[in-house]
Amino acid sequence: MPIHEKSLIRPENLRTHENLTIDGVDVSGHWSTFIESRVVTDYNEAMEDEIAALPGGEHIHRCWQCGSCTNSCTVNAIEPRFNPRYWIYLIRTGMESELLRDKDLIWQCVSCNKCTYACPRDVFPEGVMKATAHWLELKGHTPESPSTTFDKIFTDEIVQHGRIEDTKVLMKFLQKTKQPLLQDWLKQIAWNIGMRLPVKWGIKSAWSFVFHPKARRWSKARTAIQDYIIEKETEHKQALGLHKPKAANGNATQRKLHAAE
Amino acid sequence: MVDITDRARKLREVAYYPGCALEGSGNGYDVSTRAIAYELGLKLQDVKDWNCCGAMEVKNIDPKIQTYLSSRVLSQAVNATKNNVVMAPCNGCYHNLKKAEYDLAHDAASREVVSTLSSKAGHKTYEAGQAETIHALDWIKDTIGEEGLRKRTKGRLAGMKIANYYGCMYVRPRHIFPEKDKGPGSESTSKPHFMDDLLAASGAENVEFPLKTACCGGAHTLSDSDTSTKLVLNILQAAEASGAEVIATECPTCHSGLEMHQIRAEKRFGKKTTVKILYFTQLLGLALGIKPRKLGIQQNISNSLEFIHEKGLT
Repeated sequence: MPIHEKSLIRPENLRTHENLTIDGVDVSGHWSTFIESRVVTDYNEAMEDEIAALPGGEHIHRCWQCGSCTNSCTVNAIEPRFNPRYWIYLIRTGMESELLRDKDLIWQCVSCNKCTYACPRDVFPEGVMKATAHWLELKGHTPESPSTTFDKIFTDEIVQHGRIEDTKVLMKFLQKTKQPLLQDWLKQIAWNIGMRLPVKWGIKSAWSFVFHPKARRWSKARTAIQDYIIEKETEHKQALGLHKPKAANGNATQRKLHAAE
Repeated sequence: MVDITDRARKLREVAYYPGCALEGSGNGYDVSTRAIAYELGLKLQDVKDWNCCGAMEVKNIDPKIQTYLSSRVLSQAVNATKNNVVMAPCNGCYHNLKKAEYDLAHDAASREVVSTLSSKAGHKTYEAGQAETIHALDWIKDTIGEEGLRKRTKGRLAGMKIANYYGCMYVRPRHIFPEKDKGPGSESTSKPHFMDDLLAASGAENVEFPLKTACCGGAHTLSDSDTSTKLVLNILQAAEASGAEVIATECPTCHSGLEMHQIRAEKRFGKKTTVKILYFTQLLGLALGIKPRKLGIQQNISNSLEFIHEKGLT
């Protein structure tokens, strides 16, 4: 049975009158329970096209609803409400309000690509999940997810230096998401490593923390990537009808604004 | 099919792309890879001036930037050695280089973005087919092989029960690995066996482990830690239930994920697991008689030194 029919008997659709007498018969309480019928009037016809315009969502139209993605899904196994097949169905039929019920789950895709492996139609459901999470954020339906925050910090490190220093990424992420640095399990890890390692290693990692590892001859690549990101962001906003007029003084200012964020 | 001996000769010297993780949290993997290369007489030519491949994060900002980053690595790797073979031990790097190779061969839009960005950045545009990307597993398997390992290791890992954990990015998505699933002798994407083969040749006993290609939640190890911990705990408990003493890994993200969340599962969910976690290169190094310190085993988060001592491998 398709999930959208089952969803009619959600708790919030049940109506019960505490005090009700009909034709002299007292039907108070659960005797008067009925399920409110549902009329969908708010189809968002643009939703599939909008998600298809974001990276990863390009092949959503190929879906046959076989359910191989949900069947193979890593996250679905620990969170049954995580259901890529159903979300693709909602997106393609334009049932935005239904999709929004699950808006805080969609970003949790771990990109294991089991769905991509199983999909007989090459929909690339992993990409669709990323595009949908991106769409929800761009439209303002959800705040920036921790995953997006992490992706942004990580990508920014690469764009700036060409390489990653993992302690720095970890610290920036904990700082930005307002988590304490000294969490019990992180302390335990630091303790475990610290107990066994020679001093030389400590000096080496402190060195790479202070002097960020860098790719040489990177500055031109940095500018090229930054310009590309700005160009794409504008494109995505346009596709979603959220276009902001471009800053008058061009890419250099945009890059600075971007770095400041 | 290329003659095996030709292939072995060809791969005796490869371009080596360690990637960011092997310079940081996964340093033990780098140390042990170099140590076994030295011991086996294989030459690793470091890729000069490399950059990050884009890991799992950049593709969520824009997949084509990841293709560009990986293509830059490949363009640096071309001509690093005569045979243009680049070896990446990290699953993430290996996966991304393979994916860039696939996209550049099949997608005109990717080619266009890569060529624009490359010319703006002032280096040669990498073109599909110029280099071949292999994993550390392919490298050992094709150069030394099981027969070679059997002779050199003299079964030193005998009595060690190992669960081989390959992770996601070594096998999925299938289309970027055209050389896999080609019948006998090739790697399988549904039930990979190269690591099993190499460790079995070193005397180890591989347990029947159903979660070889399960996901450790590495992409959300910090941003959604509870999900990652649940996924890792599943892997650790399945390994223990299969009778394994050690989980052999081949990816720095999986490896540090398993180690970190082994601790986190105990702290947060009160679920303690004692299975050891070692890189397959560390296990092969031990089998070749290399000292644990030379294999960076002390750099792992979980302490395996006593266990190795008990097994008489020090």
